[in-house]
Amino acid sequence: MKRFRTALISALSVALAVSAAGCGGAADSTDVQNADNQTAEEQTESDSVYRTLDEIVESGSINIGVFSDKNPFGYVDENGEYQGYDVYFAKRIGEDLGVDVNFVSTEAANRIEYLQTGKVDLILANFTVTDERAEEVDFALPYMNVALGVVSPDSNVITTLDDWNPDDQMIVISGTTAETYLIENYPDIPLQKYDSYATAKNALENGNGAAWANDNTEVIAYALQNEGYTVGISTLGSQDTIAPAVAKGNETLLNRINEEIKALGEENFFHADYEATLVDTYGLDYEDSLVVEGGVTE
Amino acid sequence: MPDLGLEVLFKGKNMIRLLGGLWAALKISLISVALSIPLGILLGILMVRKEVVIRAVTRIYLEFIRIMPQLVLLFIVFFGSARAFGSDISGELSSVIVFTLWGTAEMGDLVRGAIISIPKHQYESSAALGLKNSQTYFYIIIPQTVRRLIPLSVNLITRMIKTTSLVLMIGVVEVTKVAQQIIEANRMTSPNAAFGVYLTVFLLYFIACWPLSLLARHLERKWG
Repeated sequence: MKRFRTALISALSVALAVSAAGCGGAADSTDVQNADNQTAEEQTESDSVYRTLDEIVESGSINIGVFSDKNPFGYVDENGEYQGYDVYFAKRIGEDLGVDVNFVSTEAANRIEYLQTGKVDLILANFTVTDERAEEVDFALPYMNVALGVVSPDSNVITTLDDWNPDDQMIVISGTTAETYLIENYPDIPLQKYDSYATAKNALENGNGAAWANDNTEVIAYALQNEGYTVGISTLGSQDTIAPAVAKGNETLLNRINEEIKALGEENFFHADYEATLVDTYGLDYEDSLVVEGGVTE
Repeated sequence: MPDLGLEVLFKGKNMIRLLGGLWAALKISLISVALSIPLGILLGILMVRKEVVIRAVTRIYLEFIRIMPQLVLLFIVFFGSARAFGSDISGELSSVIVFTLWGTAEMGDLVRGAIISIPKHQYESSAALGLKNSQTYFYIIIPQTVRRLIPLSVNLITRMIKTTSLVLMIGVVEVTKVAQQIIEANRMTSPNAAFGVYLTVFLLYFIACWPLSLLARHLERKWG
C-alpha cells in the first residue's frame, strides 16, 4: 500500500509540475517548488529500478533518453533519424558497448522520472548537472559547459533582471535549470512555463512574454538565427556542465560511461562531435568554451 | 501569400512521418474506443441498478476518472506502475489503458443518462401491450437509448482522438510530437515552419474527426 501511495504521490507531483506549465504566473512557481520537494522526499525512500551494465550488454540494446525536438543537441531529421551532439555521443556509446541504441524521446520535465522508473538506462538529453538533480540521479563526467542566458526582442532588450517590470512575464521551459534558478534567485519575476522547447519558442515569437530564459547555448543560437532578437544577458548564474545521467546507484553503468568519456578525450572525440553537429549553430568561436574533453573542466 | 514554411513537409519523409504520427494517435484512440463502448454500456447498465453498493462503486469510479486530468492518469499508469510494481508498460499500452478507463467512465455516464431519459410510460405502455420484460428492453428501450447515444458518443470519440496529443508526455511519438520535431529540425532554414506544420496538423485532426461528425448527423437524421 505504501508503495502504491508513493507511486501515486510522485506521479501526481510530476504531473502537477508539468500541467502547471501552460498557466504561468507567480502562484504556480510555489506550487511547482512544493511538488519538487515532495518528489525528492518520496524518492529517497523508494529504490530506483535499473539495469546493470551486464544486463544491458546481454540484452543487446541500450535505451537512451534524448530530446527529439532540440536541434542541434537531439532532434529528428527529415528521414526520421535521430541526430545532434547528444545523439552523436549516444551512437558512439552504443558502438563501444557493442549494443544497438534504442532512442527514447523525452521531455525536459520527465527526464528524471524516466531514469528512476527504469524506462531508460541513460539520459543524454542536454542534462545540466545540479545538486538537486544529483540527489535523484547519478551524473557521469561532463561533456559540455553551459550557463544561463536571457534573450529578448530588439524592441525591448532585457540586460538585467534586477528591475523587472512586474507586469512582464519570463518564458521558461518546465523542469529546466533556468526555471529553478529564477524561482530561487528572482522569486518576484512571474514565470510563464511551457512543456516543450517548441511551445516556448512560439510563445516568445508571439510576444506572450517579455523574454525567454534558457541555457546560454540555446539563446545564443536562437539570436544568431532569428533576426530581431538579442541576448541581453549571456551568462546568468554559475557556469554549469552537461553530463550523462544514470539511475541512482547504477554504478556499473556509471563507471563504464566515465571510462568511455576519459578514453574519448584522448582522441578529442567531443571536438569532432562539435564540428559535426554544433558548428553550424554556434560557429567555431565557441568550440573551446563549450566543449569539455575527457570530463576535465577548467 | 505569407511564408508558411510548408516546404519542410516535402523534405525527406516528413509527410509520411506526420501521417505515421496521425496513425499512432488514431490507433490508440480507436482501440480505446472499441474497448470503451462495450465496457461503457455495461457500466451504464450497472449504474442504473438499485443496489447501493454497485451504485456507490460505479459512482466513485466515474468521479475519480472524471476529476483526474488525463495527463495525471497517464503519469500514474506509465511511471507510477513502474515505481510501485516494477512493471514496464510501454507508452502506447499505458495510453490505451488510460483512454479506455476514461472512455468507459464517460461512455457509462452517457448510457446511464440515456437509459433514465426514457420516460416511464414507455415501460408501462409496453407492459400494457403484454410484452415481457426482455421484450420491453429489446424492442422498446434499447432502440431508443441507442438513438439518443449516437451524437453523444461521437462527441466523446472525437474528444478522445484530440486528447491523444497528451501522450507525447510519456514518450509516444504521435502527430503533434512529429510536428514539433519537424519544426525544430528546420528551425534555422524555415523559421516560419511552425505555422504551416501546425496548420497541417489541424487539417489532419479535422480529416480524422469530420467523417465521424458526418456519420453522426446522418444517423441522427435517419433515426430522429
